[in-house]
Amino acid sequence: MPCEADEEEVRGVKVSREALLEVMEGESDLPPDDEMEGEKDLAQGNKMELSGLSLSYGGKKVLEDISMPIPARSITAVIGPSGCGKSSLLRCLNRMNELVDGARVEGKVYLDGEDVYAPGFDVVGLRRRVGMVFQKPNPFPKSVYENVAYGPRLYGVRQKKVLDRIVEESLRRAALWDEVKDKLGSSALALSGGQQQRLCIARVLAVQPEVILLDEPCSALDPISTQRIEDLLHELKEMYTIVIVTHNMQQAARVSDFTAFITIEEQGSPGRLVEFGETEEVFTNPRKKKTEDYITGRFG
Amino acid sequence: MTSQLCPGKMAGPAARSWAGGPVNPFKGQREAAIRWTLRICALISVVGLFLMVAFLLRESLPAWREAGFTNLFAADWNPGRGKYGILIFLVGTMAVSAGGLMLGAPLALATAIYLHAYARPAWRRVIGKGLEVLAGIPSIILGWLGFTTLVPLVRSLAGGTGMGILPASMVLAVMILPTVATIARDSLDAVPESFAEASFSMGATRWQTLRRVIIPTAWPGIAVAMILGLGRALGETMAVAMVIGPATAFPRNLTTPTHTLTTKIMLEMGESTGVHRSSLFAMALVLLALSTLLILLVRLLSRKAVQEFPGGVLTC
Repeated sequence: MPCEADEEEVRGVKVSREALLEVMEGESDLPPDDEMEGEKDLAQGNKMELSGLSLSYGGKKVLEDISMPIPARSITAVIGPSGCGKSSLLRCLNRMNELVDGARVEGKVYLDGEDVYAPGFDVVGLRRRVGMVFQKPNPFPKSVYENVAYGPRLYGVRQKKVLDRIVEESLRRAALWDEVKDKLGSSALALSGGQQQRLCIARVLAVQPEVILLDEPCSALDPISTQRIEDLLHELKEMYTIVIVTHNMQQAARVSDFTAFITIEEQGSPGRLVEFGETEEVFTNPRKKKTEDYITGRFG
Repeated sequence: MTSQLCPGKMAGPAARSWAGGPVNPFKGQREAAIRWTLRICALISVVGLFLMVAFLLRESLPAWREAGFTNLFAADWNPGRGKYGILIFLVGTMAVSAGGLMLGAPLALATAIYLHAYARPAWRRVIGKGLEVLAGIPSIILGWLGFTTLVPLVRSLAGGTGMGILPASMVLAVMILPTVATIARDSLDAVPESFAEASFSMGATRWQTLRRVIIPTAWPGIAVAMILGLGRALGETMAVAMVIGPATAFPRNLTTPTHTLTTKIMLEMGESTGVHRSSLFAMALVLLALSTLLILLVRLLSRKAVQEFPGGVLTC
């Protein structure tokens, strides 16, 4: 279980935010193989890696032979014209494509060096380590509190005190606490769209993921809410590996450290990776003509 | 479609409905005649209902006046001696309906959940069609089958005549199964896919997602399904009459003959006069009140659901 009560009592309930973060980190129930050391290594390396990844739905190829790294503790943006399969790509990372009938994945997706598509790989554990925020805010029709407590409850946390702490900490990290602390018990659906999206981020943070996937998280939001989410992403990348799909190139340029550009040859052909690199490179000095065309707005 | 037929201004809330919409572009007597014909046809249901209630009230008046409220709601039924207590039948009606719901609803819910979340398309088709057919089976057939199979079974297990609340509940359970299952499934299906997605993406299993998100969200609709099932059980006559006994006595247990409001009315309507006849109308009125109460309950639940979840998961 992610949070043990006695641990919490030892450290006290009302401690500084940093201390809480530390507690939450330390209590993660990841495999115990030298976690701290591993994390340090990964800070310089790749958290995930795609190798020759192809995806088809009912025999129709959507993605073809995608190989790219996902560097740890940074933001990787996936950009490309609509219909190029960028959202599908994201869903390959936490095996959400499996929910679609007839979806077939070839190639490999590594998380900390382990192929997540290997037979016997624990999907539940994967989805817990690789959280997802969707295009349209989708809080459950429950209270603000219950939304954030959903994941921890799923993994068996029952003690009120522990849940309270996780909820508060997650909401703080999602920069939502101050706005909702007085209405934790009211319906999440009463929040504004931007607040709902941050609540969804808090809901993901509550299970202490390592990677957060965001599928056009701002496409349904107004500019101010978008700004807040982008600021939030900047803070979150200190602790998490983030992959964001966006159709908004300015957003990709603003928030991301790395950019992957995916496109299709023509309507109906599978999406391919054209270019992957540091965002500044990709945007100022693209290696491929296609990337340049897309970025300068000549197509897409 | 709408905009093609009504080329007027279709913007705003008026666009939703033709009636009360913007100025009718097809002025003229023909249109007016059609409008009025349709209006009268539509009004028949309301007028009919009004007349029905009025008639029941009028015909039951002698019973209320001469037998009186306390006599009518007493346990003693003996029209020959001026005893018109309908309590036995009221209890019988409630018992068989509740029993039918208790047996049928879990089965219906399980069916709905299976169809919603687990069934592969082929299974879904087969079971969906099965429910449709089951819903259309005339109640006399179910009653007859109950009489020829259930009653002997109950008799061999519990002794006595084998008639009573238990076999009646079993027949009613089969009868309300398609209603409850279909409506419950519709309300499960109406829960936005994005909720399930969010839950799955956090590592929840199918069952966890159902139990913690989908079923709670669909709950008002499921409750409505059960209430409508109860309503159907309440009014069922023929099938119940064939397996209930009948006997004008409180049931001593689940397998002794008794009566319900509907079966009593059916059996005595032809041979009653005066206050006796009027008391049958009083029973009908009570039955109507019961089912009206259920409909009010459905309304209440729907309103509550809309308040709690403006997205609208309720399908009826």
